[in-house]
Amino acid sequence: MERAWRNWYLIPYAAWLVLFVIAPLVFLVYESFLDIDGQWTLANYEKVLTPIYLKMMAYSFWYALLITLASLLIGYPTAYWLTKTRHKQLWLLLLILPMWVNLLLKVYAFLGLFGTYGLANAFLQAIGVGARQLLFTDFSFVFVSVYIFIPFMVLPIFNALEELPPSLIDAARDLGASGWTTFRRVVFPLTLSGVKAGCQAVFIPALSLFMITRLIAGNRVITLGTAIEQHFLVTQDWGMGATIAVVLMIAMAVIVFLTGSGRKEGSR
Amino acid sequence: MNGQAIIRFDHVTKEYDGTAVLDDVSFEMERGKFYTLLGPSGCGKTTILRLIAGFIEPTQGTIYFHGKPMNHVPPNKRQVNTVFQDYALFPHLDVFENVAFGLRVKKMKEADVRQKVKEALRFVNLEGYERRRIQEMSGGQRQRVAIARAIVNEPEVLLLDEPLSALDLKLRTEMQYELRELQRRLGITFIFVTHDQEEALAMSDYIFVLHKGKIQQFGTPKEIYDEPVNRFVADFIGESNILSGRMIADFLVEFAGRQFACVDRGFAPNEPVDVVIRPEDLELAAPEDSQIVIRVDSLLFRGVHYEICGYDENGNEWLVHSTKKAEVGETIGLRFEPEAIHVMRAERRKGDEGWNEHGETGI
Repeated sequence: MERAWRNWYLIPYAAWLVLFVIAPLVFLVYESFLDIDGQWTLANYEKVLTPIYLKMMAYSFWYALLITLASLLIGYPTAYWLTKTRHKQLWLLLLILPMWVNLLLKVYAFLGLFGTYGLANAFLQAIGVGARQLLFTDFSFVFVSVYIFIPFMVLPIFNALEELPPSLIDAARDLGASGWTTFRRVVFPLTLSGVKAGCQAVFIPALSLFMITRLIAGNRVITLGTAIEQHFLVTQDWGMGATIAVVLMIAMAVIVFLTGSGRKEGSR
Repeated sequence: MNGQAIIRFDHVTKEYDGTAVLDDVSFEMERGKFYTLLGPSGCGKTTILRLIAGFIEPTQGTIYFHGKPMNHVPPNKRQVNTVFQDYALFPHLDVFENVAFGLRVKKMKEADVRQKVKEALRFVNLEGYERRRIQEMSGGQRQRVAIARAIVNEPEVLLLDEPLSALDLKLRTEMQYELRELQRRLGITFIFVTHDQEEALAMSDYIFVLHKGKIQQFGTPKEIYDEPVNRFVADFIGESNILSGRMIADFLVEFAGRQFACVDRGFAPNEPVDVVIRPEDLELAAPEDSQIVIRVDSLLFRGVHYEICGYDENGNEWLVHSTKKAEVGETIGLRFEPEAIHVMRAERRKGDEGWNEHGETGI
């Protein structure tokens, strides 16, 4: 009796786990083995391996990769610069602030900005490039996604940089390393954990984006996220939607495993 | 100017936000000597080290290496290496790669790198530790890796920023011997920063005593210990009895209400002075057969000696190190030789005429 009561505080968590994590997962996997009429089948998994879906998967990965890379290329220097500024907290707040605004709202804002008569086109016209079709392009899709995801990239890298003892940079310089060599051989390797965390935080949600693909890319970019949404809401083929979701989850797990557990750093 | 001087500071000042941490400092350092920068925290000793390493630039004045001004030369272009206070070893590299870092930056051939790293590790008695991770090394071992990583680059000057402060007492004493020995074997200039006066006295050829961004005294350990130039140095270097007095004439000084023969001269008649007597120079004697009579106030057994603290009839405090025991409350006599008395020019102090809290004269 005593013993059972000692762990009472675990009850809410355990209940949460069962109701909202384990049960939905079981349902999802169960659903993925049913066809549209509710019959047992493996057809969904066979279908996932057809060229249409494989291509869709490749696109998803490709765009997620693009978004992650762009976020990293912008995010790392930003984080580095943030650690050097005087008013760190203020700049950090400004970076985080857009995260408090509803996602849908931000996406709609871009619809206005990138529209035919939007600010972006006005600017392009002013500098003599001329108005362009901006919305419903790959570029605008990646651009808006990067905008949304950048704080998720910057924060873990910023934390990793903040934890880096400044004396290590002094030591590298003292041993003859130029600024760039110091970055390449000391700063970057030692902030790799932050880079990995940032990449995971961007890549995984980017893999299953659907709202941005719909609104900004005008369904021109079909990713797995869009496919899941279509199957559940439009074609009502829950089995197929569930299958894609399961495949996506397995892919994510593999990525986390490959990038996250790489704790063993080589000697060089 | 001087062909011997490897480093020269010429009226160097370093300010942070308008506050001088180093105030118009000039000195020279020769090749192959062991120098110690000694002082309490905030005295400017680490600032000097960082200026030499090139991590910071002077606000005013010039730093010369071999007679060439070096103010704007970045740290990676200086023939100087540093052993950092926290060692600053690279946690993502093993022992071998930490030591090899400087050589790899110089793009040295792999075979040479192996050879040199091996030698450096042998120098600090760490053979066989090449593939250990830094996290697996003890404090003393990390210390050695840091030293090996610095000396493998064959610097002309090795800077050591309180490298022993993180070690326990026994290891610290051991490393003091080792560092001194290492400096002799390498024959390069060591500049050692510490706030520990015993460490400074034990290891150095020359000591700079620093206080409030200024060099208070420069000299050999013996000179600094025996002939402190002012109250601060006397107080900071070892324990001492410091009394205010008056120089009556050459070889005659008055303090603690009496006149004593001494070996100092060259003061103005009746010039106010500070008198230093080291506690180990005081000898216990019978009250009737002594120069000063004190009443014992406290007694501590220190192992090699008793530390006796007492007051004379004028209320001056006296600290005595003696192998003989005394009882608290007992009246005892103290004897000392004229050579034990060291006379210094008095500084203006709080409570003196013409002095106020801010160290300014006048009202």
